[in-house]
Amino acid sequence: MAAARKQNSYRIAVASGKGGTGKTTVALNLAVMFGEPVQLADCDVEEPNDNLFLRCEQLTPHEVTMLVPEVDPQRCNGCGACGELCQFRGIVSLGSRALVFPELCHGCGGCALVCPTGALTERRHRIGTISVGQSGLIRQIEGRLEVGVSLVPPVIRGVRDQLLDDVPAILDAPPGTSCPVVATLRESDYLVLVTDPTPFGLHDLKLAVALAKELRLPCGVVVNRVGEDLVGLHRYCQDENLPILLSLPDDRQIAEVTSRGDLVALALPEYGLMFSELATKLKHNLTHPGGTP
Amino acid sequence: MSKDHIRELVVLSGKGGTGKTSVTASFALLANKAVLADCDVDAADLHLLLTPMVEQRHAFMSGHEAVIRQQDCTGCGICMDSCRFDAIRKDGTVCRIDPVACEGCSVCYRLCPDKAIDFPERVCGEWMVSGTRCGPMVHAQLGVAAENSGKLVTTVREQAWAVAVDKRIPLIISDGPPGIGCPVIASLSGVSLALVVTEPTVSGLHDLQRVLALARHFSVPAAVCVNKWDINPQQTEKIEAAARSAGAAVTGRIRYDRSVTQAQLQQKAAVELDSGAGDDIRVIWKQVTELL
Amino acid sequence: MNTIAFTTAGQELAAALDPRFGRAANFLIYDTAQKSTRIIKNQQGRSAAQGAGIQAAETIVRAGVDTLVTGHCGPKAFKVLAAADVQVFNCNAATVDEALHELLAGRLTAAENSDVEGHW
Repeated sequence: MAAARKQNSYRIAVASGKGGTGKTTVALNLAVMFGEPVQLADCDVEEPNDNLFLRCEQLTPHEVTMLVPEVDPQRCNGCGACGELCQFRGIVSLGSRALVFPELCHGCGGCALVCPTGALTERRHRIGTISVGQSGLIRQIEGRLEVGVSLVPPVIRGVRDQLLDDVPAILDAPPGTSCPVVATLRESDYLVLVTDPTPFGLHDLKLAVALAKELRLPCGVVVNRVGEDLVGLHRYCQDENLPILLSLPDDRQIAEVTSRGDLVALALPEYGLMFSELATKLKHNLTHPGGTP
Repeated sequence: MSKDHIRELVVLSGKGGTGKTSVTASFALLANKAVLADCDVDAADLHLLLTPMVEQRHAFMSGHEAVIRQQDCTGCGICMDSCRFDAIRKDGTVCRIDPVACEGCSVCYRLCPDKAIDFPERVCGEWMVSGTRCGPMVHAQLGVAAENSGKLVTTVREQAWAVAVDKRIPLIISDGPPGIGCPVIASLSGVSLALVVTEPTVSGLHDLQRVLALARHFSVPAAVCVNKWDINPQQTEKIEAAARSAGAAVTGRIRYDRSVTQAQLQQKAAVELDSGAGDDIRVIWKQVTELL
Repeated sequence: MNTIAFTTAGQELAAALDPRFGRAANFLIYDTAQKSTRIIKNQQGRSAAQGAGIQAAETIVRAGVDTLVTGHCGPKAFKVLAAADVQVFNCNAATVDEALHELLAGRLTAAENSDVEGHW
């Protein structure tokens, strides 16, 4: 995982099996109450929402590109090796020429490797934009997928590439457990799973925990909108040895503050305290691995 | 029954967690006869409310993965050097491929000088055909860390259509995936109506606009309803205005109501309980049936 | 126009014309000289996660087709077909047979471009 990085530069991913549990709310408010310089990476590149709350104005854009093949028609002899190798229909060979579909290309470089005449070179193709800005102590990194691009993980890898190695980072993951989430969680040191005490929440939490195990990531749970019977959830967490790091009540005020685009930790001080405590727990857990928070 | 007589409704949300699945389940109860399709294959939840009895299970294959035959591996590392996805590491004297990172591109399989790599088809999940108290249901579950290309969504839809034609059911109600990527596109193209369930927040408005743009792109008629509208009436009005200017019909509002969760705990849809939100959904359903 | 492909889920001229190209079940290939038909399954197009249209286009190009008649054709498929000099005709006839008659009677116009977005 992250053995090579300095002890202070741990990465906390905030994810959730299902959408709408409050993952972004947790990631944002945790960042705001972190108490020291921290990075917040919005990896939900299809629907990045973090900046709606932080409202960073000075965002420096960086292009995310992928290597896609370009055909030199003079050199192409129509042998078809490229089309035959390509698993994604990113390049297609037709009789005497080859056609490239950058939207489908995964950037594996295989076609250029097998081309016998050197007709294929690789060029940079834009698949998204990363914007970096500063809001108080938070260095914000936002990834945004270019409209029409179907391949998400490379843009998320682009976000991760912008992370500094000597400042702690919080990564706001996309919802679910498929490959965009995996791309976010790679090289993370700890996973905070946000759930709610509904049957949907518990069901999708289990999917997320299965993924965490697959990736060998230690994790803890934050329960949002507590107001209902939690027995099922508590029992599950106990059985799986998952610490419940924070429980947020089903307080309409939280919903109202968030719906306005404001941060709960700043608008309602009692919650500010709770997020501050969450930050302390996580910091302790990550700088003293092996101890329970 | 010819395909032309069948109507398909997809319920989408843009961002997740707006109550899309709860609304879909209620619609399933209110519809006279419908085939249900759970296209939210990454985090499928509809079955928690409709308690399906599984009648058929099928493995879902998509793409390939590279697997090293350890006994034939000489540890030369050519595969590792050529992998663009950082999926191959050295493990002692042999190389090992991380299946989660493997993109299935076939480069290592082609380059291995000892032909020590296999390239089988990948099992990415499963899909099921089941019976529920509201009618037949087609649903699926994508494997953990699998690629969500939309292919499984397409499979679910195709199977739902097959059931509808076979059982002469003129309506398909589909619980759509969140976001705007390939899975959503796969659930959206060619449907009769897309109903977007959103919430009165800044992200709700932002993501609604992206979904409506997508629906327009694919020439699919769209309608909108705001869930938990009373959390922020001002934002609700903003959203309804935005919907109208995007050419989408506004079908109604659902209030913030704890009974929706109560219903979930009892494995029921909101309309099956005495519920304010349930009543609001009934009104919306009426509007939706008129649009279909 | 010697070898014409029609998209269909069926197996003969009386079968319905499939409005989609990339995900069509079969291609019915009609040879104008021999007046004969054969079926090619669109296995790869239907099972492709992405690029179904491209796959389908490759299939018919490899089968020596020079004309395609279908309901709708997306941009990527169109690009492949145009590169291979396959003429595309959009037609909303109900059956392959009707579509064939429309085509031979000169009532269809060759498409200059794709007529729908991808994934349609």
